[in-house]
Amino acid sequence: MDPAAAAAGEEEGGEKPPVIYTMENKPIVTCAGDQNLFTSLYPTLSQQLPREPMEWRRSYGRAPKMIHLESNFVQFKEELLPKEGNKALLTFPFLHIYWTECCDTEVYKTTVKDDITKWQNVLKAHNSVDWLIVVVESDAKKKNKTNILPRTSIVDKIRNDFCNKQSDRCVVLSDPLKDSSRSQESWNAFLTKLRTLLLMSFTKNLGKFEDDMRTLREKRTEPGWSFCEYFMVQEELAFVFEMLQQFEDALVQYDELDALFSQYVVNFGAGDGANWLTFFCQPVRSWNGLILRKPIDMEKRELIQNQEATLLDLRSYLFSRQCTLLIFLQRPWEVSQRALELLHNCVQELKLLEVSVPPGALDCWVFLSCLEVLQRIEGCCDRAQIDANVSHTVGLWSYATEKLKSLGYLCGLVSEKGPNSEDLNRTVDLLAGLGAERPETANASQSPYKKLKEALSSVEAFEKHYLDLSHATIEMYTNIGRIRSAKLVGKDLAEFYMRKKGPQKAEVYLQGALKTYLAEGWALLVTHTRKQLAECQKHLGQIENYLQISSLLAGDNHLTEDERKRFCQEILDFANQQTENQGQKIILPMHSFAQLKTLHFDPPNAVVHVGGKLSIELTLLSQMPIPIQVDQIAIHVHFSIEKNNYRKTAEWLTKHKISNGVINFPNEVVGFPWSRNNLPALELYEMYERSPSDNSLNTAGIICKNVHMLLRRQESSSSLDKPSGLTLEDGAHVLKCHNLVLEPGVNKITFSTQAKEPGTYTLRQLCTSVGKIQFVLLHIYPIVQYDVYSQEPQLKVEPTTDSLLAGIPQKVKFTVTTGHYSMKSGDTLQLSNADAMPILYNPESKAVIYSNTREKISESSLRIQSSEKITSINLPVAPAYHVIEFELEVMYLPSATESAEEGENTTNKEVQRKNKEKQKLDNCMATVDQKVTIDCPWSIYSTIIALTFCIPFNAKHSLLSAGKRKYVQVCIQNLSELCFQLSDNNLKNTADCTDLQLVPLNPESQQVIYSKQSIFFVWELKWTKELPLSLQCLFSVSFCPATSEKQSLTLKPFTYEFQVENFFTLYHVKTEIFPPVGTEYCKTGSLCSLEVSITRLVDLSEVDRDEALTESDGYCTTKLMYEVVDNSSNWAVCGKSSGVISMPVAAQATHKVHMEVMPLFAGYLPFPDVRLFKYLPHHSAHSMQLDADSWIENDNLSVDKNVDDQADSSSIRSRGSLHSAASGEHKGLPMPRLQSFSSGQVFNCSTGMQILVIPSKDDHVLEVNIT
Amino acid sequence: MAVCIAVIAKENYPLYIRSVPTENELKFHYTVHTSLDVVDEKISAMGKAMVDQRELYLGLLYPTEDYKVYGYVTNSKVKFVMVVDSSNTALRDNEIRSMFRKLHNSYTDIMCNPFYNPGDRIHSRAFDNMVNSMMMQVC
Repeated sequence: MDPAAAAAGEEEGGEKPPVIYTMENKPIVTCAGDQNLFTSLYPTLSQQLPREPMEWRRSYGRAPKMIHLESNFVQFKEELLPKEGNKALLTFPFLHIYWTECCDTEVYKTTVKDDITKWQNVLKAHNSVDWLIVVVESDAKKKNKTNILPRTSIVDKIRNDFCNKQSDRCVVLSDPLKDSSRSQESWNAFLTKLRTLLLMSFTKNLGKFEDDMRTLREKRTEPGWSFCEYFMVQEELAFVFEMLQQFEDALVQYDELDALFSQYVVNFGAGDGANWLTFFCQPVRSWNGLILRKPIDMEKRELIQNQEATLLDLRSYLFSRQCTLLIFLQRPWEVSQRALELLHNCVQELKLLEVSVPPGALDCWVFLSCLEVLQRIEGCCDRAQIDANVSHTVGLWSYATEKLKSLGYLCGLVSEKGPNSEDLNRTVDLLAGLGAERPETANASQSPYKKLKEALSSVEAFEKHYLDLSHATIEMYTNIGRIRSAKLVGKDLAEFYMRKKGPQKAEVYLQGALKTYLAEGWALLVTHTRKQLAECQKHLGQIENYLQISSLLAGDNHLTEDERKRFCQEILDFANQQTENQGQKIILPMHSFAQLKTLHFDPPNAVVHVGGKLSIELTLLSQMPIPIQVDQIAIHVHFSIEKNNYRKTAEWLTKHKISNGVINFPNEVVGFPWSRNNLPALELYEMYERSPSDNSLNTAGIICKNVHMLLRRQESSSSLDKPSGLTLEDGAHVLKCHNLVLEPGVNKITFSTQAKEPGTYTLRQLCTSVGKIQFVLLHIYPIVQYDVYSQEPQLKVEPTTDSLLAGIPQKVKFTVTTGHYSMKSGDTLQLSNADAMPILYNPESKAVIYSNTREKISESSLRIQSSEKITSINLPVAPAYHVIEFELEVMYLPSATESAEEGENTTNKEVQRKNKEKQKLDNCMATVDQKVTIDCPWSIYSTIIALTFCIPFNAKHSLLSAGKRKYVQVCIQNLSELCFQLSDNNLKNTADCTDLQLVPLNPESQQVIYSKQSIFFVWELKWTKELPLSLQCLFSVSFCPATSEKQSLTLKPFTYEFQVENFFTLYHVKTEIFPPVGTEYCKTGSLCSLEVSITRLVDLSEVDRDEALTESDGYCTTKLMYEVVDNSSNWAVCGKSSGVISMPVAAQATHKVHMEVMPLFAGYLPFPDVRLFKYLPHHSAHSMQLDADSWIENDNLSVDKNVDDQADSSSIRSRGSLHSAASGEHKGLPMPRLQSFSSGQVFNCSTGMQILVIPSKDDHVLEVNIT
Repeated sequence: MAVCIAVIAKENYPLYIRSVPTENELKFHYTVHTSLDVVDEKISAMGKAMVDQRELYLGLLYPTEDYKVYGYVTNSKVKFVMVVDSSNTALRDNEIRSMFRKLHNSYTDIMCNPFYNPGDRIHSRAFDNMVNSMMMQVC
């Protein structure tokens, strides 16, 4: 028989129920029949049964599972069968097997059948249907008894007798002890059957059990229901699952119990109390922690079974079972997690149920439990696994540390003096509640129990254990990157050290925590930690650090007013301490004390001249809660000279450095260098890159212009650094303010200084001294500067308008920059007078004095004294670095100069001619420079100033003729922007010619000439005697600006001098065109005759005396060339279009020329032009060669005409082509020349005449112009 | 319901933190600050694989004896932390989720305000009222 089964049997014999609480628990299978046979088969059976898994299909939709079956084979006894109502499952026999190897019918009939029947009856009596009959056959036996019936007959008989419908309840095992394939097969069949039947039994019996259990659970609302009873029932199920190695299912049972209990507690809290629960509310008397070392804590289980368990007992037992199962399931980390939940939960439940707990008892329980869980986990995992899963266990460590700490505080182990008697009593009570150490750990060197007992035994031991735990926790937190948690534990540790008067140890932790809070900007935590740190540093005697922290705290609005005042007072007390070493000063950063908000310059552009006054107004926001008496506030200034920089010159500075004089400082939040928050905003700009060749877009993007600001290294906790590298002895440039009171909030402090040396002054540092303490702002940022300059006196003269016009009074602005020179009374500007430019004195003119920043200071009238040579202007008294401005009227008189220098100075005329040329080129006004020499009072040298005047008018003349009558036209063009009134126009013959008369034909005496317009004046020339060859004329017209009303000044008129020559009419040319004979009108395409008649109007005169004149027999003739030209191509000239005629020089001599012309178009056609030239013979050419210009000019013409002469020019169009050939032929030959008449000498009376041409009838082409 | 509600910027400084006035404010500040350890851990554990369908609700960050701390992180890494009294067992996961969703919606409204600078501390009456309503119900 199985030894295990035997053991079970033995126990069974005792009074106690046969429960075997070990892992060796297996489902029970009873064996009846041939015990010897079974014993021989047992080894194979127990070995083979679990070898192959079997699928277990479950009820209630639970997932099927593969299961390895094992069994405990026990000899069949009737007592094993459960009685009615017995719910025990562990001892429940799931299957009953009857073994037999009977092969003899006789034997079967006599003994075996009866035996089986008896067995069956017992089973039936107990409603057990899970049975199996095994018939073992062996060849050996068969051989012995050869006369036996065929083997099947016994089996058939058994089947027939017992298994009326369940033939599968009888199996045959053939030759089980032989190693043959047949026996193997029969084994397999048997085992499969066995497993199937076992599982069937499980399903059936467990299902029934579960149903019963559920029924029991449903009764939970009934008054008599007991949780403990139910607990025991469901635990039975859990045990069975555990026995079947279904740990998951087992765990579910416990979890359900857990949830059920929790729900009851919650309901109890909500007022829905169950009677049975009140029992769990009994006061806690024992707090000896969890016990996880045994699979089942029998002590606690009994308490539950006997309904004597407290809440902690129940929870402890439940958790220990859960823990065991979880560890079977290889889920130790879940244990730690559940443990933490359990501990928190228990604490809450005790509170909720209002269970009375002695102070510290729970702390002990939690502490012991934490360590127990941790040790249990350590016991089942190796070091590497634990290290990798610190995050799961660290919570327990931390919780244990926390609990030990509170125990320490409770038992007076943290105080400096050690525990008092009350503390000791409490400790004794707590230790009593722990009870005796459990036997399983009693012999171990370390256990949670021992640890706690030791820790509570003495101050030193407590410190050791607390520090060990804390350090371990901090290390673990740090290792897994939970820095914040680590810092928090560190802070607890610091608190502990502070209690133990060990501030130097505390400081490290506080600083570390502070750094973290600062970096992440948690204001309240920063404040709190700073407060602790201040306390710590005070104890340590770190005066500087303490004062700094105090200043931060005094300005911290998270503290109460009183606290702030207290810290502020600390600072003041120290500052005012009278100590022997006066020299030693404490330097603290300023930002915690006060903040620089704005800075205001006066003058606003922060530029002053040497000796000038500059004031700087600071706005300081005092962070202190009370008014502070400040000894001195100093601004340290850095001085630099940049002489050669144009940007530092007075001119540039006063003009360009414009600002409102207020500099705002960025708001720095005290003590919160929120790294990212403090950064300046991104300055992003669009960027386009275009290809240089075709300007197409290559790249578009965004650039950040302040990358250097954003990406620079973050200064970590710069506010905590001690200010270093500070040079306070830079005494040369310090602005100071003494004895102030800084009120809380905004203060305005004004510094004033007198500028000394020119240069740039940069405000570097701000230093506030309070007694021995100096608060220093190391860098004033953004950069604040002011400039001091010196300036030489200067005079500037410039027109008030764009340009000065000659002839009218114009204003000129004088600007005197005094610079370092101050104007005394009697200082004058001496102007040398020029005749052409008198200075007009207006008694009302005023001089205005401005400061260098263009602020008007005063106004005074200007006194001007004029002598013949010199005009002296009395300057008003003005201090240095001011500007005096006044305006004077000047007038340039161009004609005056001209008339004065007329005839005597040729250079002047040249100037004028040059001006004319310039005017032609630019179409702008002629200019004249006028120089003035000025003597200034500040200099021994004269200043020469050039003023440029523009002449507003341009004049042209022309001679007009009508037959013999002559007219002179003068055109005046206004080039300026102004509008003028013209009057008293006059044309005079300057030569003495009395018989000549100029009759004006101009309607008005006064005319307005607008800007950019022209006006024409005409005179008729009349004469009585013979005309002179040339006529000298002088045109003059008075002008004044049309807008100015006052005519007080007598302005000089504009004059224009010119000469006309050879203006008398010599020839009269008349052209006539006649239609062909017999027709009324000219027709296109038909030839018409053209008649040119040239008539001499005067007898021989001076004008005719030239080479062309030939004289013979008292008759004079001259050679003329005529030319008919039609530039508009209206006419085709047939035959010669030009020719030379010999003209008698006598009045009324007429020469007529005929030629034929053909109109090319219909309509009114203008007559072709007829031109007349003087024809000079070639031999006279040499004498004319002196004037190169005219020779060349005439040469071209002569060539052209020559060609016309010689070539038979039958066609007009051939002229151009012949030209080049002919010119080559005649090169080098003396050539006749043509000379044109001057404009008045030939009068063409047919100019502008037209003749009607009608179209010919056969003209098929009709040209229609639509306009 | 909640005893403390905090909104924490991506950079881990508080944008908003408010606790029931009856209790020590400082304690909650410490609790919320420490919870950031777990938030960071959870965020990094979530990884980048499932950015789209990432669960914003982080669940229970850590329990203490007296309080439960829950976390929630928006896609822009702004964290919401809610501290709930442990004794308040009526509060289930689903309620916590819906409270966080409400908080998120209200926060989104703030972000939509053109006068609000992202990253500034939250001073909004609407948000205050909403937070109050979440804290009121039990007190």
